Amino acid sequence: MFPSPVHIYTDGSDAEDHVSSAFVIRHQKKRNIHHQTQLSLAANAIILAGVVCVWLQPCDLPSPQFTRDTLKGHSRPESSSRSAFLDQRDTLWMRSAGAWRDAGLYGLLDEITNSAEEVPRFLAVGSACVLALLRWASSFHGSLFPHLTLSSDEMVAEFSQMLDWSDSALRSFAWHPHTDKFAVALLDDSIRIYKSNSSATPTLKHRCQRSVCALQWKPLCGSALAVACQSCLLIWHVDPTSLSTRPSSGCAQVLSHPGHSPITSIAWSPTGSLLVSASPVDTGMMVWDVAAESAVPLQRVGGGGVTYLSWSPDGSRLLAATPSALFRVWETRMWTCERWPCLKGSCQSACWSPDGGCLLLSMQGERVIYALTFSDLTGGSKAASVVADLSETSFPGPDGDLTVGGEVCSLSWDPRGERLAVLLKGDSQAVNHPSVIAVFKTRSSPVFELLPCGFVMGEAGAEPRFMQFHPHFQHGALLTVCWSDGRISHVPFYFSSAGLLGGDSPQQALASNTADHSSNKLYTEQIS
Amino acid sequence: EPVWKDATSLYAVSSIAWSVLLLPVTAAVFVLLSRFSLFHPIQWISECTSLLTASSSIFSLVVLCGVVLITGLFNLEFYTLVPSIPCSRMALLGTVLHPRQCVHSLVYCTMGMLVMWCASVTIGGRYSTLGIPCRQSESGEVVTCLNEYHLFLLLAGAFMGYSHSFLGVVQNMYYVSFQPIQQYKYPRFKGCLPMVVKCSVIQSLYSARNFAALYLFFGYAPKTWISSTLHLQIDSSLQPLDSLTGLLEFSLLYHLTISGTFLYFTWYLTVLLFRIYVTEAYSFPVQSTFTEDAEQCLPKVLAETNTLVMKFFALQDLALLSQHSLSRRLEVFSLSQPGGHPHNWNAISRECLSLLSELTQRLVAHQDAVASNGRVKSQSDIAETPRLGVPLRTPGSVFKSSVGGVHSALTAPFTPDVDSPFSSPAIRRLVGQQEPLSPWFGTVQSPHIMRRGPKLWSASTGETARLKLTFTLRLSHLVAASFSEDQFGVVQTTLPNILSCLVVLLEAVDRHFKLPHASSKPVRAVCRMGDSTYKTLRFALRAALKTAIYKITTTFGEHLNAVNISTEHRKRLQQFLEFKE
Repeated sequence: MFPSPVHIYTDGSDAEDHVSSAFVIRHQKKRNIHHQTQLSLAANAIILAGVVCVWLQPCDLPSPQFTRDTLKGHSRPESSSRSAFLDQRDTLWMRSAGAWRDAGLYGLLDEITNSAEEVPRFLAVGSACVLALLRWASSFHGSLFPHLTLSSDEMVAEFSQMLDWSDSALRSFAWHPHTDKFAVALLDDSIRIYKSNSSATPTLKHRCQRSVCALQWKPLCGSALAVACQSCLLIWHVDPTSLSTRPSSGCAQVLSHPGHSPITSIAWSPTGSLLVSASPVDTGMMVWDVAAESAVPLQRVGGGGVTYLSWSPDGSRLLAATPSALFRVWETRMWTCERWPCLKGSCQSACWSPDGGCLLLSMQGERVIYALTFSDLTGGSKAASVVADLSETSFPGPDGDLTVGGEVCSLSWDPRGERLAVLLKGDSQAVNHPSVIAVFKTRSSPVFELLPCGFVMGEAGAEPRFMQFHPHFQHGALLTVCWSDGRISHVPFYFSSAGLLGGDSPQQALASNTADHSSNKLYTEQIS
Repeated sequence: EPVWKDATSLYAVSSIAWSVLLLPVTAAVFVLLSRFSLFHPIQWISECTSLLTASSSIFSLVVLCGVVLITGLFNLEFYTLVPSIPCSRMALLGTVLHPRQCVHSLVYCTMGMLVMWCASVTIGGRYSTLGIPCRQSESGEVVTCLNEYHLFLLLAGAFMGYSHSFLGVVQNMYYVSFQPIQQYKYPRFKGCLPMVVKCSVIQSLYSARNFAALYLFFGYAPKTWISSTLHLQIDSSLQPLDSLTGLLEFSLLYHLTISGTFLYFTWYLTVLLFRIYVTEAYSFPVQSTFTEDAEQCLPKVLAETNTLVMKFFALQDLALLSQHSLSRRLEVFSLSQPGGHPHNWNAISRECLSLLSELTQRLVAHQDAVASNGRVKSQSDIAETPRLGVPLRTPGSVFKSSVGGVHSALTAPFTPDVDSPFSSPAIRRLVGQQEPLSPWFGTVQSPHIMRRGPKLWSASTGETARLKLTFTLRLSHLVAASFSEDQFGVVQTTLPNILSCLVVLLEAVDRHFKLPHASSKPVRAVCRMGDSTYKTLRFALRAALKTAIYKITTTFGEHLNAVNISTEHRKRLQQFLEFKE
């Protein structure tokens, strides 16, 4: 099985040169975000030695491709097409009942107002007044929190970690934390599970599985997959030994809570005991005891909802981003939270260092990466510091100059804490300014270091939409990227851990087995 | 006297104190809502302020405080960490008609009437008194007539009191469960408050509907009885309330619902505060340098305490330290000075393992019983399997001095007396005594027994197990932490034991899920004050058990091959290592 060709631009210069530019996160007194540029692509002018185009074959991981044409998206809600088929001369009662069922109170009031000639005058006027009042109240609420005016689907598209969610054939992606399998949510609301060394791909479908926004496998479990849907939360129990390709919907647990939908983010605790879910319309996040199907809401005023959750790998902290310029970091012992107001923009994406001591964040519309440190002894940093500036810079590419840089859309840190992938949004109007994934080398001790390492780009016309590191790749780090053309590919970074320097390693042997022997530069860190 | 006894009773007292302190606030809100008038806002506000400062309302407040105090005492007496699950409708009926429950209902009816009396006085107007002057139609002289509105509200109070007491049994209102996460008291209270308001409104609406229907058909009887005993005339010029036109009056139904909401809210708030205070985590020291404090150390409490509530506290504390406290874990793994024995770890692991094997035995016994041709023979086997060394006592006993042995006579009135007719079958079962007449003991041959597989399990084996086990299974966190933190290899010696114990339990649980109906899920309740998490107990247990084994296998990985366990167990663990469970 051959994955797609991926262009990798590597930094040909010796990485050690950059060690001198290591920077330390400074502790600030004020608790807001500081602009304090520590690193920028331009300042550290990366010399691109050349472009390497290789066929990668990290191992026998499946890399499927899905196109929009082969997948049929779900149809519009029934009510929109109903009028074409149904007899319109229902009685008022029937229509009101239908409106109540389909669209709730709003629909009912709307229906009564619209059929003014059939109902008593006071009823029509009354319902029109109530409707106006409700609309005014909701628009007032919406003016405080603009995201509340979005429809459910628009909201999912806005807050999904998958870029350009509504247009994409791939809706979400998740690696299993312990085994070589991953789940992909598709445009047609189905989920497929791919395993290495196995051609069976179970397809999960469920009546409630609409507009999947996030997937996550339960840690310390072989089978449970949590799915964030438009109306509810589904927990699939997919027996790993079963050969069935269509597990029945009886294998799924449906968890829902009134007022808690659409769900845009979910996070399992690293011990697998709790699941937290968040919705942009609900100011509280739900902490689920999945087996007992009970939830504890954790409510805080402000922010207007919760859009993104990320649990630190050591389980001690949980990041909760809101649609406003505010995010919270919860500690998970007594569930108290720290409030972090931002200067502008909401938190777009974030990732934790493997030890849970450092949090990297990106803000909507900003071209920098912020860092926060946490420590049980000193309490951690009082302000986020800017650790990287990723403004546009041009580099000589294969077909003329290439502009790289832009808004930071997504961040991902490999489980060993040695590679950081940053998805930089391009400019679709400009030529030679595509979205790229910039990869950095990171080191957290003795001081936090971030060194430019290279870029990952797709085929012509394909832009990265989502990325995630393989949770336990043996030979370094393996970045899985979902592309805009519906392809999923795996980009390996072979290296030996900083603590295990020296000596010949099996990676070298493995490297020489790859398809293109001339591509040794791919292995971005030559073992010194 | 150990500190925790004082601490626990102090918790209960402070929860009641907070309920009393919050009462004026809820009463003020009730006054505002009950006198609400849209078109005369200024008059409304001024009336409310004058009412709130009047001396008559102080008297009402004192009465309400009394009601809250009694509710709090009832909470303290009735609360349980073990849900009682009636296994059939007859058993449920038996519980409801039990003398103890009858006393409870009677007290709640009275309290409901008292609260409603306060409410009707507060609302004032036509509701305020039972007798009103009226003019007789034929003679024209002024006599005292029965005020049906007042009577209506009082009866509604009694009805709501009874339904609260009844639903308390059905929904296990007094079952106190530990939350999956820890929170400080105030945020937890704040988080639960909307739920309590919602529940009381919904419950009040249901009760108002039911009561209105009841009054429509049977309202005549109490009306005539009251009027004849108190020699009150019935004013025939007014519309009687036991008619459709009399009942379907907006303001009457509004006042009924608002008063009902106030009534339920007072009770639910007391229950909520009690639950919050009682389930607050208590931190035991792992070891103490002073011998006089040794009794309060975690291993001692865990191994020797025989009160259920303390066992729960100790297990909860163990679960917390296994995840959140490195320094306390190091104390658990430490060796005694002098001597160098791992006393702490030994005591803790022994207790946890005995809890696990106890459940395994009971599961196996139950499966054997069911397997033998649907004939549940001798449930007493199950009851007699070594549970806890001494009869369990309900938490109430904690508040009494435990001088003089374990028998229940000393712990009355807080402990339900096992020998008295006031104790329910559930309590007897809990205490482990045989009750020859009960269908649960002795040989029962019934085809229905098969159908009630899951209920049976949860009734006979699961009751005490759930929380204990979900806490106990956190033992795996300790074991996993020992991989890097245990300097002396203390845990290594018990690792084979722990692993085989977990695997055996897993096999028993797996077999249990093969029983008919064991994997069917209960319906989820929409909005209830009662806690229904016990219904999903077996699922929670299975999930926690698998997670526990995974925690150990992922931490130790290939090192497990060096552990000395039987081949079958090794095979099963291999499945876990390959993530095929």
